[in-house]
Amino acid sequence: MSRDWPLWEVFVRSRRGLSHIHVGSLHAPDAEMAVRNARDVYTRRNEGVSIWVVPSAAITASSPDEKDSFFDPAADKAYRHPTFYEIPDEVRHL
Amino acid sequence: MDTTQADDAREAEFNAIIDADGRIEPRDWMPEQYRRTLIRQIAQHAHSEIIGMQPEGNWITRAPSLKRKAILMAKVQDEAGHGMYLYSAAETLGVSRDELLDLLHAGKQKYSSIFNYPTLTWADIGAIGWLVDGAAITNQVPLCRCSYGPYGRAMVRICKEESFHQRQGFELLLTLSRGSEAQKAMAQDAVDRWWYPSLAMFGPPDDASTHTEQSMRWGIKRFTNDELRQKFVDMTVPQSEVLGLRLPDPDLRWNAERGHYDFTQPDFDELFRVIKGDGPCNRQRMAHKVAAHENGAWVREAAEAYAAKRSAEQEVAA
Repeated sequence: MSRDWPLWEVFVRSRRGLSHIHVGSLHAPDAEMAVRNARDVYTRRNEGVSIWVVPSAAITASSPDEKDSFFDPAADKAYRHPTFYEIPDEVRHL
Repeated sequence: MDTTQADDAREAEFNAIIDADGRIEPRDWMPEQYRRTLIRQIAQHAHSEIIGMQPEGNWITRAPSLKRKAILMAKVQDEAGHGMYLYSAAETLGVSRDELLDLLHAGKQKYSSIFNYPTLTWADIGAIGWLVDGAAITNQVPLCRCSYGPYGRAMVRICKEESFHQRQGFELLLTLSRGSEAQKAMAQDAVDRWWYPSLAMFGPPDDASTHTEQSMRWGIKRFTNDELRQKFVDMTVPQSEVLGLRLPDPDLRWNAERGHYDFTQPDFDELFRVIKGDGPCNRQRMAHKVAAHENGAWVREAAEAYAAKRSAEQEVAA
């Protein structure tokens, strides 16, 4: 049985206008201390203006084993991309 | 499909990702030996960062100015941070942090042999930054492209920060080298003592390195020990000329034919002795690490008690 504190995933917004991005994880006894530890571990050089911590156990992920079938529906839909459409060269701003 | 066929298919997929220079992520299937190799390497790397705080921490109270003290504290904090990044990368492979600490404390996992050498003078802080961190960067830059995603990402963060470590060391030595005669002599003495242990950081020569071939096949390692050692020497010699300090190798000279410097190899017997536990500071480093962990127990207990109290209060309020 591990004596470890719960594991938290850390997300940092590097500046206003950008999304929070996953930067790593850490152990802490509760969310508040996780945020403080995250500041010391992941933002010693002004890497962020905002931090999220999420209990790692709370994350639900797609399974890597079924990644082919899971993402298949998007694979054959090239018409969802603008490059699918042939437009005469002389057409501008399209 | 029976189990063997399923395993074969997953191994083929793993190999295809490796061959295409792709990245393996935590929940992907991976060969057990790949997982074990990474746990061993990442844990050893994490332990090195943590033990590496000791030789430098030795000089924090005696730094010659407030500026140097602030720089050294920031550097030692970085080492702790690097240890944390790496432990969390290792944990993605299914090992707990407690297990890793227990293995270190029981002497069952290693840390870099370089941290078993003492820091005798202030100039050693400069020599560690310039040579030891310089050697570490040479090792670590290729690890940013390691096939295991979480390790590579941790290394990207570490390499950015190591650059400050190396530059502050070089600047410290340059200041001493351009100072009084006694200061220059102290800088030279530090370089004399740290040069060969730094060369030994790259590990045994290629023909004696047990892990290199498989690690290169798996994209964990990108260059051999000898290639990295040569790269480090080639980078460092011109820097020593700017510093005005001599590298303690009478046979160090440019070889135009090879396009590299020829140099004397470190004493690998000494390296193996230090790895086995017989370096100048092995016992002291481990005793200090274990004592710090045990003496910190009350802090961990207090943090847990605080968390429990807060969560009880929140339940009452709800």
